[in-house]
Amino acid sequence: MTVYQLFILPFVEYGFLRRALIACVALGLGSGPVGVLLMLRRMSLVGDAMSHAVLPGAAIGFLIAGGLSLPAMGLGGLVAGLSVALLSGLVSRSTPLREDASFASFYLTSLALGVLIVSLRGSNIDLLHVLFGTILAIDARALYFIGAMTSITVVTLAIIYRPLVVECFDPGFLRAVAGRGSLYHFLFLFLVVLNLVAGFQALGTLMAVGLMMLPAAVAQLWARTLPGMMLTAAATAAVSGYIGLIVSSPRLRLGSDDHPDGKPNLWLLAAARTVRGYAPASTPTASDWLRKKHERRPLPHSIFGPDDLGRDGHIGFGQNAEHRRQL
Amino acid sequence: MNPSGVHLQDVTIAFDRHPAVHHLNGSFASGSLTAIVGPNGAGKSTLLRALMNELPLASGRIDRGHVMPIDIGYLPQAADINRRFPITVGDVVLLGAWRQAGAFEAVSAGNVSEARRALSSVGLTGFEQRLIGSLSAGQFQRVLFARLLLQNAKLILLDEPFTAIDARTTHDLLHIVRRWHQDGRTVIAVLHDVEQVRAHFPQALLLAREPIAWGPTVTTMTADNLLRARLMAERWDENAAICEVPDQSAA
Repeated sequence: MTVYQLFILPFVEYGFLRRALIACVALGLGSGPVGVLLMLRRMSLVGDAMSHAVLPGAAIGFLIAGGLSLPAMGLGGLVAGLSVALLSGLVSRSTPLREDASFASFYLTSLALGVLIVSLRGSNIDLLHVLFGTILAIDARALYFIGAMTSITVVTLAIIYRPLVVECFDPGFLRAVAGRGSLYHFLFLFLVVLNLVAGFQALGTLMAVGLMMLPAAVAQLWARTLPGMMLTAAATAAVSGYIGLIVSSPRLRLGSDDHPDGKPNLWLLAAARTVRGYAPASTPTASDWLRKKHERRPLPHSIFGPDDLGRDGHIGFGQNAEHRRQL
Repeated sequence: MNPSGVHLQDVTIAFDRHPAVHHLNGSFASGSLTAIVGPNGAGKSTLLRALMNELPLASGRIDRGHVMPIDIGYLPQAADINRRFPITVGDVVLLGAWRQAGAFEAVSAGNVSEARRALSSVGLTGFEQRLIGSLSAGQFQRVLFARLLLQNAKLILLDEPFTAIDARTTHDLLHIVRRWHQDGRTVIAVLHDVEQVRAHFPQALLLAREPIAWGPTVTTMTADNLLRARLMAERWDENAAICEVPDQSAA
């Protein structure tokens, strides 16, 4: 078996593999950066809870549409997810329960309700499909849907990047200067639900959060700056999606015969994280390998975007020769 | 610079109807340099947050005069900041340009060179691209002071600025505080070190939920008053009386 046959031919031969690959790349672009922020906000488990919370909405959509319909399930999931987020926010503000505790109670109720609704009408296979997705059944319409979700995510993140970063790192400062911290918090939760919904068909309601948290965990170990982490997360998600599809492609038949699927993606992501995680803490990150020893770190992308680079010819911070000498 | 005094009229702030600050009357004069001193849980940080209009008042009113929210510079307690967040020193300082750039606009070249000057004046020349996670507590506090310098605020609120900071850094940062005072800015700082307050702060407010004394440091920071504040702190318990908040009309 040649390299071409192994790595490219499956995608030439099978349209469903091509669509699955595009879906993985698009999902990675949206979920990766959102996952990084989620992890930095120490809300990893909130993402997990959310992925359970969207189930009843997705199930109702599934029943109404009479099968796996991404728009119907997506809309239902969006409504269910946002309701749980809002309700737990409300409960944690009006009772002594902390936000994670109220999240836990709501998502457990939500999950139970979802399984109940699906099993009222659907078969066990249906339940499996809702919970774990069918990545190889993605059609053109589902692709447009995922693409739209990813576009909304990337554009929204770009617009609210600065306040979101500040809300995450120094919420008191944002309250003092702008006073709308909870608005950005809610917009961010909206993006989390949006990306979970986009991942429904590829990974299922339960596993969609995997494409969010695992690349983020990998990225935290490989990159040091926030933009670097976001890029690493998106790339990791896309690459592991690609490798996962090859592993489960009909040619290799490593996936199960009935429904080859995206789970190898998650195994690979977990492996990538583990490999990096077991390395000693002092191991240099990827960017260190690409640099000579003692060389200054390159200018990271500023949260203020390229416009804060000096307009008078020399590049903003740190590129100033005088400053280098003083170091 | 416009006057930036703040006047308090019978201010009471309560959590769950238990008062954290009780019937406080007085004013921070424009251009004054005041230390707020008191035992833990005396309502010092609560008072600062109320001054920023972040907490609702149970009674009374705070008259900020010409001070708009954007004119207030606030230094949070170290514990309120996520210091492991992957953000560079330069970006943190540039946040001080929020008044010009806001949440969405670009930062001008002028702001960038201003930020660089601010970093130099806190002794961190060339630290722009370091990540904040790699700084010591003292260096990070210097970064926050640089951000305050860039903010160019009329009213500056410092919440325990020198806690867990070494003598050298404290000395440098106190120098900046004095400079703000000379510029005519109003500075209010929550502090624990009584000697420091006596040496550097002309005004002091001794707080133990109720104001014990407020005025020139020499007359407020007496051994007598400090003892009273400590005794009040020791008397507190979980079942403290619920504050009867008088009607606004009656007040």
